[in-house]
Amino acid sequence: MNLEVLAVDDSRTMRDMIRLALEPAGFRVHTADDGVHGTEVLANIAPDVIITDINMPRMDGFGFIDAVRDQTGHRTTPILVLTTEAAPELKMRARAAGATGWIVKPFDPSKLVKALQMVAG
Amino acid sequence: MTTPDPMAEIRASFFVECDELLEAMQDGLQALEDGTDDAETIHVVFRAVHSIKGGAGAFGLEALVRFSHHYESVLDRVRSGELAVDIDLLKHFFRAADHLSDLVRANRDGTEIPSSAGDAILAEMDAHIGAGVPPDEVEPEIEFQPLGLALDLDLDLPALDDLPPAPQFKICFAPDAEMFETGNDVFPILRSLAALGTCDIQCDTARVPALSDIVPETSYLSWTILLTSEVDEAEVASVFEFVEGLCKLSIERLAGSDTTDNPTPPPVSDQVSEPLPEPETDSAEPEQAPQRATPAAARSVVRVDLDRIERLVNLVGELVINQAMLAQSLQGAGLSPHSDAMNGLEEFQRLTRDIQDSVMMIRAQPVKPLFQRMSRIVREASAAVNKDVRLITDGDATEVDKTVIERLADPLTHMIRNAVDHGLEPTHERVANGKDAQGRVTLSAAHRSGRVIIEVSDDGGGINRPRVLQIAMDKGLIPTDATLSDSEIDNLLFLPGFSTADTVSDLSGRGVGMDVVRTAIQSLGGRISITSTPGLGTNFSISLPLTLAVLDGMVIEVADETLVLPLNVVAETVTLSAETLDAIQPGLDVVRVRDGLVPLFDLGYLLGYRARKDSYVDGVALLITHDDGSLGALVVDEIQDQRQVVIKGLDDTLYRAPGIAAATILGDGQIALIVDPSDIIARAGEPPHAKSQKIRMES
Repeated sequence: MNLEVLAVDDSRTMRDMIRLALEPAGFRVHTADDGVHGTEVLANIAPDVIITDINMPRMDGFGFIDAVRDQTGHRTTPILVLTTEAAPELKMRARAAGATGWIVKPFDPSKLVKALQMVAG
Repeated sequence: MTTPDPMAEIRASFFVECDELLEAMQDGLQALEDGTDDAETIHVVFRAVHSIKGGAGAFGLEALVRFSHHYESVLDRVRSGELAVDIDLLKHFFRAADHLSDLVRANRDGTEIPSSAGDAILAEMDAHIGAGVPPDEVEPEIEFQPLGLALDLDLDLPALDDLPPAPQFKICFAPDAEMFETGNDVFPILRSLAALGTCDIQCDTARVPALSDIVPETSYLSWTILLTSEVDEAEVASVFEFVEGLCKLSIERLAGSDTTDNPTPPPVSDQVSEPLPEPETDSAEPEQAPQRATPAAARSVVRVDLDRIERLVNLVGELVINQAMLAQSLQGAGLSPHSDAMNGLEEFQRLTRDIQDSVMMIRAQPVKPLFQRMSRIVREASAAVNKDVRLITDGDATEVDKTVIERLADPLTHMIRNAVDHGLEPTHERVANGKDAQGRVTLSAAHRSGRVIIEVSDDGGGINRPRVLQIAMDKGLIPTDATLSDSEIDNLLFLPGFSTADTVSDLSGRGVGMDVVRTAIQSLGGRISITSTPGLGTNFSISLPLTLAVLDGMVIEVADETLVLPLNVVAETVTLSAETLDAIQPGLDVVRVRDGLVPLFDLGYLLGYRARKDSYVDGVALLITHDDGSLGALVVDEIQDQRQVVIKGLDDTLYRAPGIAAATILGDGQIALIVDPSDIIARAGEPPHAKSQKIRMES
């Protein structure tokens, strides 16, 4: 299973970590620096699953999830939120925006892989 | 290239990123302090701290996570409008920011910082904002608690079998329509369950209405799964982690086969148990036409070990020398300047120059991080002496060689502290003199005629010249009957062992004076000068070469010695004639240049190569511009060439000859000394004593 992933995070370190966790597991990883950049990158690829941070400049994770869900082609693309936030109300907000799942940083690479495989089929 | 440990690589890049984040944070706080902030500013500061926390968590840097989490939570309250920023709160923010920088560096360098320091800062910040922010624990690693389905049926079964059968779970699962809106789907969940063990899956389609009645986006299906697996309940529940609250779900552990006949297991639903809404319109995923295109090009940055750049710089230096040697030998071979070989050489020369510039660009960095460190020094220093001081920086983006920046940190720190401690008057004095109570220290950087000028100035009381003079006399640094000009008095500050502070304060320290600063600047090939206006302030100006490696030089000859002068200090060359020359007093000759008189200095004599000449008529002099704009004329025997030379530092183990900055290797392989004309002229007052014997280098 060769899944294609779009990871949106404003931290280069985090993007590197995600890449490091996923590429050995056979994922094809695209990255974007923030929500706006994420939608731009998304215009040219068709990822099986999207990972996004919440706190980002220009367009935050909620806005990005909204934007993705607004596109008919991505109404059901799984979106995992990967963030340091754990507050239940933020989680509910993300879910209301259409997030598929929520993983708290720091993440365990194998769990991330498992979660991705689970939601992305 | 060996393959480095990827985690170590990311860790290293994390710290690089931290530096950027810390810079953004400082900028944001500065903007808040200056009132130049906008709605986004506090978010930028918050995100910077937040990202540091995130990365720190990934590398298990507990102390860093804890501190940044606490700091972040206060920033978050500002962000949400719950807390207003005022000057005092900003002070706490700055302190926390400083500590955060310390923590990052400590973690990077593997040193320890006692947590008490950070705790104290946070405690004071909390005290300031009144309410204590609960000292949050770091969040758990995975947020979803395994569903607390206390289904220990505890049936106390008699262990009939020696080998108990694998546990069985009965799972009832009915998705809500909303579940599909979050991008979750049934199939992956079933597949994940199947991966845990053996599954018997039943789909209940009873609730699917007649086709005409189907509402497409309603969920009509439900599933009952019998899972035989060795895993525990938590693991089974974790499969449903993301759909918790978006479905009707019950998981029940069947104790062996004998409970399978239990017809009604307690239905455990995490939602209000309403009649199961059923089937689903298996949200037929509109398969995207796979239009794979390249993702937006990521800004690519390569981290390079500084050693490699050093090597490259050195190699390019050798290339320059080599090319010069080649040029000389071709000329020596009598080739026409229009020959192909000479044309090619010219091109070669141009390329070499381009390569050199490019390599230098790699090493150049903006002075901004250095300046930001100084703003911290100002904060700490002003707090220590209880003065209200504002640092104004200018020219942050000026790029300077990395090594120069690193080696500037100590002298600059010292100068900034001096400015705060000694330069600025105590607040009451300022007010009494009708000045703004808040003192200003200005730090600026600029490129000027091939050099970098860094200035530190204050709007304090200026140098107290009578006192400086008195101290210098008291300390025996100058004869008691000396008559000194203002600028000479100011320069006494640079004398070793001079310290104006009557009481040595904690701040400026003991023993380290401006002479140490001057030595540090000189070792960078730079010069420092001072100007001061009573009542208005003092200005220190540091002039530095752009790079430490290459110099545009003028090759001259004096007493059969070949020397190199930095081209950028040579304003013009003049031929001396009887009409323009004048002797004001024996040993003090001047040359008339346009309408001014410029003092004449005999380089050969000053370096001790030969005695003073009787007449300079028909000689050649180089007009040297000093950093303060004044001129001096340096008499040389002959001007040979203008060319780029690679600076070879003189080892510190050698006697440091006055007026000699470094050495170089010329195209013919000959070694030549590089002269610092300003230094030579500055020392011209001193007689060339016996100690400075003939400085010659034999190649």
